[in-house]
Amino acid sequence: MSFYDIYTRYKDLDLENFLSDVTDEDIAGALRSEKSSFEEFLSLLSPKAEAHLEEIAQKAHALTLQYFGRTIQLYTPMYLSNYCDNECLYCGFNAKSIIERKKLTFEEVEKEASFIASTGLKHVLVLTGGSREESPVSYIKECVRILKKFFSSISIEIYALNEDEYGDLVKEGVDGFTIYQETYDEEIYKRMHPSGPKKNYLFRLDAPERAAKRGMRFINIGALLGLNDWRKEAFFTGLHAEYLQNKYSDIDFSISVPRIRPQTDNFKPKHNVTDKNIVQIILALRIFLPRLGITLSTRENAKLRENLIPLGVTKISAGSTTAVGGHTYGDSTNPVQFEISDERDVAEIKNMLLLKGYQPVFKDWMEI
Amino acid sequence: MEDFLRIGDKIIKNRLFIGTGKFPNKPIIKDVLEASEVDVVTVALRRVDAEADEENVLNYIPEDRILMPNTSGARNAEEAVRIARLARASGCGDWIKIEVINDNKYLLPDNMETLKATQVLVSEGFIVLPYMSPDLASAKRMAEAGAAAVMPLGSPIGSNRGIKTEELVKIMVDEIDVPVIVDAGLGRPSDAVRCMELGCDAVLVNTAIATAKDPVNMARAFSAAVKAGRLAYTSGTGETSEIASASSPLTGFLRDEK
Repeated sequence: MSFYDIYTRYKDLDLENFLSDVTDEDIAGALRSEKSSFEEFLSLLSPKAEAHLEEIAQKAHALTLQYFGRTIQLYTPMYLSNYCDNECLYCGFNAKSIIERKKLTFEEVEKEASFIASTGLKHVLVLTGGSREESPVSYIKECVRILKKFFSSISIEIYALNEDEYGDLVKEGVDGFTIYQETYDEEIYKRMHPSGPKKNYLFRLDAPERAAKRGMRFINIGALLGLNDWRKEAFFTGLHAEYLQNKYSDIDFSISVPRIRPQTDNFKPKHNVTDKNIVQIILALRIFLPRLGITLSTRENAKLRENLIPLGVTKISAGSTTAVGGHTYGDSTNPVQFEISDERDVAEIKNMLLLKGYQPVFKDWMEI
Repeated sequence: MEDFLRIGDKIIKNRLFIGTGKFPNKPIIKDVLEASEVDVVTVALRRVDAEADEENVLNYIPEDRILMPNTSGARNAEEAVRIARLARASGCGDWIKIEVINDNKYLLPDNMETLKATQVLVSEGFIVLPYMSPDLASAKRMAEAGAAAVMPLGSPIGSNRGIKTEELVKIMVDEIDVPVIVDAGLGRPSDAVRCMELGCDAVLVNTAIATAKDPVNMARAFSAAVKAGRLAYTSGTGETSEIASASSPLTGFLRDEK
């Protein structure tokens, strides 16, 4: 069985009708319920729920405190390479973009890692574009060997791999894994990914499960909001996380809620996703899956990030850059995957958290 | 006579143990420990950042306290053993609270794997305190394997629901020869009083203190509750009864026959 079976079961549900039929009583019921059903999850994502956001937020906040306490884990992204074979219409590193391509040498990886480590961070997320030729698994393994000297936990966000490759990376010391389905809608997925290996919807959909089978410890999934109706995407992201959590109960799952940011090509998202919508998604997911981690990237601006923290967020990025070598050389000289909206460095994020009554957690795992 | 708890070669005055996760900042941990006069403190090794200074939680634990690192994050016995060894190697001492959880939905411990880890770690000279589901058979085996105490849960971690496992814990208190320490789920000082009145030897609290509006005073409240409950227990709490004791007993006519 794959999540695809669940997706198939639910994709023909008349979600629009269901969402528009939600009543105030349904929302009150969803808030009273101790364990949400998928219907209750959907009602929390409905337009009607927008009038009840404060009550929903109170419950989401209480659940988050209960399970995660007043702590927020910190990490930063580190781009290894921007070579790409895919043609994702929304991405600045799209194979067709005429940008300067770059891949860090091992000396540069060491330099970049050393800079990040000097800020006190212990968790790093390494990213590459979707080019197996330019950034093969062997290259990533070599980078991981270098990064292990500087960090206690290493996560990857790269093109989808096969099961053995995930196993190899776990053995090498990778313990976290992020992959976004971008959109759960198969048709839109096809349109957004006209060429390149990423075209394969099912291979990407099953990637978290392949990594889970090989003992990856932390797995983060998500949809890129803006490509489709966000209510549907949030619903399928929740179902996907629930499916994974039930099947691989010893793994820590988390989700992200990335919104499309303007980047070099100025891709215009078809669906607008407002701040209020982002709030509603976070709240609904927290109530549906109280133990689920929620990661907030630097795509969002400082003010919004601060306001989102008490609602259910458990992990945030700090001192981010989306350029290859951006920690060492800055964003200005290199092309970026997308523009970040919170440029604060690690010390500033740390102080912001403390002021809000949250403990910044720099280290939450180590190689054992 | 003074009523202290002994575990390993340590004498423990305060039967409230405190967990260090979930606090709004690290310096407050020190305030909490000092205000509540807690002796035993558990720290997740996964969070210990020995290379850091300000961010190293160990720097906020006064040296005269008993450090009990825990194996949070371990999914099986082997991982718990590896974390325990890392804890010892990084200077956290010989005490270890075994936490083996492979259920991230409810955070319930795996008694079988916990027992295996207990056996290995006892043989390596650790003072082992296993966190467990309150199952008598497992607790007996852990005690036989050399566990220094057993730590049954009151209700799921972080749930603040109190001692929902009371009947099972009571049996453990009667049957197990090592100290019984209720760990997890206690939400209010009254829950801690209840545990102590039952005859538990200590309780461990984290969420209810760390997420309180005023963690320092909440720690004081728990500390006082634990003392009150213990004093009640050692003073011989009267049995509770469903019916009032009858003033005109039905068998009052019986006399000793000569």
